[in-house]
Amino acid sequence: MERQAAYLRNALFDQGYLDEQFLQLEDLQDQANPHFVEEVVKLFYTDSVRLIQSIELTLKNTPRDFEKLDKIMHQFKGSTTSIGAKKVKKECTQFQEYCNVGNVEGCIREFQEVKQEHAALKRKLENYFQLAREAR
Amino acid sequence: MTLEKIMSDGEGYDDFPAGLRVLAVDDNPTCLKLLETLLRKCQYHVTTTSQARMALKMLRENKDRFDLVISDVHMPDMDGFKLLELVGLEMDLPVIMLSANGDPKLVMKGITHGACDYLVKPVRIEELRNIWQHVIRKKRTEPKNQNGSADQGNDNQSSGEGNGPQADRNGKCNRKRKDEEDFSEDNENENEDPAASKKPRVVWSIELHRKFVAAVNQLGIEKAVPKRILDLMNVEGLTRENVASHLQKYRLYLKRISSVASQQANMVAALGVKDSHFMRIAPFEGLGDFRTFSGQGRLGSAALSHYTTGGMFGRLNTPNVNLHNLSPSTLIQPNHGQSLTNSISALGKVHPALASTNQSQSLFQGIPSSLELDQLQQSKCGTGMSSFNAMDNSRLRNKFSDPGAAINSSSNIFNSSTNMMLQGSYQQTMSGGGFGDQSSQNMASLNMDSFNVGVNSSSSLLDSATIQSSTTQPASLLSTEPFHSQQLPMSTTGNNGFSNDPYLQKNAIDTSSTTMSLPLEDSREMHYQQGLVGDVQNISHIPSQRWGEQGQSYGHGSTATFGSLNAHVPVSGLSHSLDQDSGIINEKMGVFMNGRLGGGASTLMLQNGNEKLASESRAMANDSFLLEQQKIQSVFAPRSYDPLDAMMNAMIKREQDETIANCDFGFDDYSFESGM
Repeated sequence: MERQAAYLRNALFDQGYLDEQFLQLEDLQDQANPHFVEEVVKLFYTDSVRLIQSIELTLKNTPRDFEKLDKIMHQFKGSTTSIGAKKVKKECTQFQEYCNVGNVEGCIREFQEVKQEHAALKRKLENYFQLAREAR
Repeated sequence: MTLEKIMSDGEGYDDFPAGLRVLAVDDNPTCLKLLETLLRKCQYHVTTTSQARMALKMLRENKDRFDLVISDVHMPDMDGFKLLELVGLEMDLPVIMLSANGDPKLVMKGITHGACDYLVKPVRIEELRNIWQHVIRKKRTEPKNQNGSADQGNDNQSSGEGNGPQADRNGKCNRKRKDEEDFSEDNENENEDPAASKKPRVVWSIELHRKFVAAVNQLGIEKAVPKRILDLMNVEGLTRENVASHLQKYRLYLKRISSVASQQANMVAALGVKDSHFMRIAPFEGLGDFRTFSGQGRLGSAALSHYTTGGMFGRLNTPNVNLHNLSPSTLIQPNHGQSLTNSISALGKVHPALASTNQSQSLFQGIPSSLELDQLQQSKCGTGMSSFNAMDNSRLRNKFSDPGAAINSSSNIFNSSTNMMLQGSYQQTMSGGGFGDQSSQNMASLNMDSFNVGVNSSSSLLDSATIQSSTTQPASLLSTEPFHSQQLPMSTTGNNGFSNDPYLQKNAIDTSSTTMSLPLEDSREMHYQQGLVGDVQNISHIPSQRWGEQGQSYGHGSTATFGSLNAHVPVSGLSHSLDQDSGIINEKMGVFMNGRLGGGASTLMLQNGNEKLASESRAMANDSFLLEQQKIQSVFAPRSYDPLDAMMNAMIKREQDETIANCDFGFDDYSFESGM
């Protein structure tokens, strides 16, 4: 169990889903805070749902308010950075770039990517936490 | 535990900074939680809120409830900068900005609005472990002054200065570091509080200083009394106490520079170099120094990385500073970057302000905001010179990166002039070796007569480093001014890694050669550098002698030296030497700034300065003008350093023409802030 959890965790790093920031989170987990990482991740997902919805809504309105989109995405990106979600962050940056040049198509497309990565990571982390919990 | 308690009884430091009471504000719950946990891990007492308004409410309810505020920049209910301003104004607590966006413009904005520091997400715990310094720094500049405890760092200087109105000093001290923002705003307005109450924070911006100097000149230095000066200046919100304390510093500065060979002319001419950058720094530096006198603020750096209080000009934003900018102006880079640059450039050119304010200049020289220097240095100086540059934003903490600062008082003055940034060091430079200024002084150093001094001082600084070994002068330099070797973060680490401090001394000399060349990416710079380097080298080699020569005949010597150096100043080589030296110097210098200069830097600064000087020389001269008396001599670096400046100036003087301005000396964090 433990090995499986470790394996899964390493895979996440190797495959670029997570970066060093995640390590920082793990460092903060200790006796006083035994479930810190999981808590933060959960918080992230809860909060990000709100932001994603907001972006979706804003994308539907025409003309597109790029400034607003950029702002929301900035928030979202801040969160992803904090937990070390590497791939998601990359897509966020890309999205912001499209916003900057006012590329609507690009934004819409990229946003799909963001959501995808976001969901994919969620699944993987959930698996990992599950395993880690069982291993304990 | 309360901060006061900790501060008051020395022993209370055992568990400090544990227990630091932090208020964290961020509308992003994920980030907030992370921040909270990180802070708790540092053993701080954390209170969080996701609303800026709530934060203000809590702060207003009880001003003593918190020691420090950390706030995100982008918040829905209130702009982070606004919150920052309000907290600074109302509660005078140190505020650290936080953002996922690390765009330098935003960072600059943060600094100009008064942030003690600007962190980029994701924040690492190491960064948070150091935030307590901002608290101490602030505290020191306030109550401490009153106790005459003279912020240690500042002691050297402040003692020299005598005990000007505490209020003023405190105010100024506060300014030291984080006053970048004030600086930009020309906080005269902050003086509304009576001296007795919260110290009015007066930011002696270049403008203000210029007016001051003009008034003094008009009245005649003998007859210049605070009351009349105040009337003449006709500035709202400025109190007699502010003027009095500033005058005191100024007088000290004058004394200091007058003792230095008046190479100014040369220097100024040299510095006059068009380089706006350089010049920019210079002018500021002058202020910086001066400022440092008063209150030694903070390096920005950070920075410089900060920054530093008192909107020291020093905060020159390094961007300009890049070695290229060695022009004194760059050193000065006040937070306002823009304003500064403008002013500086103006200064640089002709420094009309400078000209008029010769005196002020000298003051400026003090410490080109060593703090800023740091910043400057970092950014641009590359070699160390950047330290000057570091002045700006880089939170110059030590800001005084002026390696030049080491230049001893003279430089200090120089540095100070520009140093606005040096703030912290400023004071020091003023009093002591003006090392404090050093950082900012770098610029100043250039300007300052201190070049000679600076140079000498640097030599003195170096003394310790032994780099210079020869710096016979150093003794004088060093001894004279308490250089705050520490203060002089001479070279910003960024640059060459010169250790700022001894910036001048060792590094300057050795590094100078290298430094000069190093950061300067420009071929021009290289060119200069060589010159500078040459000088530097000369300096180093000839240690004391050179200094003497240099100082005095900077214009003369420097060129000579440079010439020699040019030949061999292999840029890279220099840097190395600088580094080493800087290290040494740093020790000696006490790292003027924090050794930002990385040793090399300082020298570089000088070098850079020099080089720049050469090119800019005129420009620089102008800048140094701030330093004014300082024989800007080529001491580019000194500009930033303030205290070192003097020394550096000496060194730079030679180079004056060049671009010392860039304080890469590594003033970077000159200790002004911390403690001058």
